[in-house]
Amino acid sequence: MIPPALYLALSAVIFTIGVIGVLLRRDAIVIFMCIEMMLSAVGITLIAASRYLHSMDGVIFVFLAMTVAAAEAAVGLAIFVLLHRIYKGVKVDEINLMKW
Amino acid sequence: MELFKVDVLGRDFLAVAQELVLLSFALGVLLLGVILKGDRRRYTGYVALFGYVLAFLPLLGAIGRGYEAFSGMVVLDPFSLFFKVLILVVGFLVVLLSLDYTSREGIAFGEYYALVLLASAGMMLMAGAAHLVTLFLGLEIMSIAIYALAGIMREDARSVEAAFKYFLLGAFASGFLLYGMALTYASTGALHLREIEGVLAQKAWLTSFPLVLVGLGLLLVGFGFKLALVPFHMWTPDVYEGAPTSITAFMATGVKAAAFAGLLRVFFTALPALEGHWRELLWVLAVATMTLGNLVALRQEDVKRMLAYSSIAHAGYIMVGFVAATELGRAAVLFYLFAYAFMNIGAFAVVALLGRRGAPNTLLEDYAGVGFKHPLLAVAMAVFLFSLAGVPPTAGFMAKFYVFSAAVKAGYYWLAVLGVLNSAVAAYYYLRVMVYMYFREPKEGLQTGYPSFAGAVAILIALWGVFQLGIMPSDFLALAQRSVQVF
Repeated sequence: MIPPALYLALSAVIFTIGVIGVLLRRDAIVIFMCIEMMLSAVGITLIAASRYLHSMDGVIFVFLAMTVAAAEAAVGLAIFVLLHRIYKGVKVDEINLMKW
Repeated sequence: MELFKVDVLGRDFLAVAQELVLLSFALGVLLLGVILKGDRRRYTGYVALFGYVLAFLPLLGAIGRGYEAFSGMVVLDPFSLFFKVLILVVGFLVVLLSLDYTSREGIAFGEYYALVLLASAGMMLMAGAAHLVTLFLGLEIMSIAIYALAGIMREDARSVEAAFKYFLLGAFASGFLLYGMALTYASTGALHLREIEGVLAQKAWLTSFPLVLVGLGLLLVGFGFKLALVPFHMWTPDVYEGAPTSITAFMATGVKAAAFAGLLRVFFTALPALEGHWRELLWVLAVATMTLGNLVALRQEDVKRMLAYSSIAHAGYIMVGFVAATELGRAAVLFYLFAYAFMNIGAFAVVALLGRRGAPNTLLEDYAGVGFKHPLLAVAMAVFLFSLAGVPPTAGFMAKFYVFSAAVKAGYYWLAVLGVLNSAVAAYYYLRVMVYMYFREPKEGLQTGYPSFAGAVAILIALWGVFQLGIMPSDFLALAQRSVQVF
């Protein structure tokens, strides 16, 4: 059996890659993908903990977090479409009507 | 393992009756927005207003009877009751202020009010959360609705930009919050706030366990973003400036109140064992938030942006009461949030009423001579600004007084001194608006003002609140103190 610490480490690494991606990438869609990656990384922690603790709470939390992420994606992509209409692109550097 | 039991006809649904009322009105308003045509769509606003009034009724039945529902995931105690009333008052005032504002800006359709109602329901769920899952769901129901609301002026580049920035940073923050919750769960094995507290109290070694501490830090980052604490505040000025003014008022008061409710609940119910770790951290955050908010607000030329920085500074003052962590400190936080809701919505209502379609008139120069063109609006604005600056006999003064005296009584003298110094700095930029209103000649040819009866009513209610809490604060403080006895 793989020890739970390894799952936690995997989750931490993926989460960190997501955070770095959010901070370094310039394309809004890619940034949003990195955020989704962070949420999925959290899912690994929750499921590993749930299995280790023999409780279902963590697994159910993952389902709810996935639902939330889907709702977020719906609103987020709608905002990106609006943005694309105005700026003809979704590069975060170009969207600076107000001081960033 | 105990099975999840739901009491279908009984108290479980009664405990969330006010949220259900708001949700059903949200759906109703959405449908009504499709059925009604053209200009008649603005009647959806009156329906939403009625929904807020109706949502008060279930709360009346819950006064003095705290109970848990849905296996303890939702709790209706005096603390959540206080915040639910606050959120309903905020929602009511925001809808009142929106009635004419949305017609003017051409956004008066069902979706707008439906989203406001949904966001309020999310906030109320957050205030009544006794479980990390409910807290997360409440936060997201609120946030997703607010992302859409910030960008509801679809043709306006600033509004879309505000929605975009709020969305990206809000989703980013949700990731941190969720990870913090996951690590807390992984290390304590519990998601119930009370159970987490029990585990931490039993196993003392956990309080210095790295996983718990990292979880605490991540929770703090997540909440810090929602509360706009420095250094997680970068999005605030842009989002507050770009969003429709009525929604800015909603974000500055409602979202802040709900986030503080969640923070109080998590830190004082679940994590009191870690107090030694988070108190010093929050001390630094409080000082940084007050100071940076006020210093940057000094040189803003746009009133909406200035109020955004001022709202960052006010979050810092509220944190002072939080750091004191005594009963008076927590009660002061609750008092401050209510007072802040009245004065801030009032100020934003005046800002909204001074604009016109296509010309928001939010620059400081646009306020020149407003004192003579619109004497009543200017007097109201002056009262709200005095209250934000903390001048007696207004609510803002009493709120600051309680927060700082709680800090002094808890032994945080320096925090109180820094807070008072900050208030003195803040007076400058609030008074500057008044100087423009009363001592400058109006700009040639500038049209300001948009008549609005509903907006005037909102301002009158806010004025009443500012003076009521400012002149007779003791009853209300006693109420706040009773509400925080759940901790």
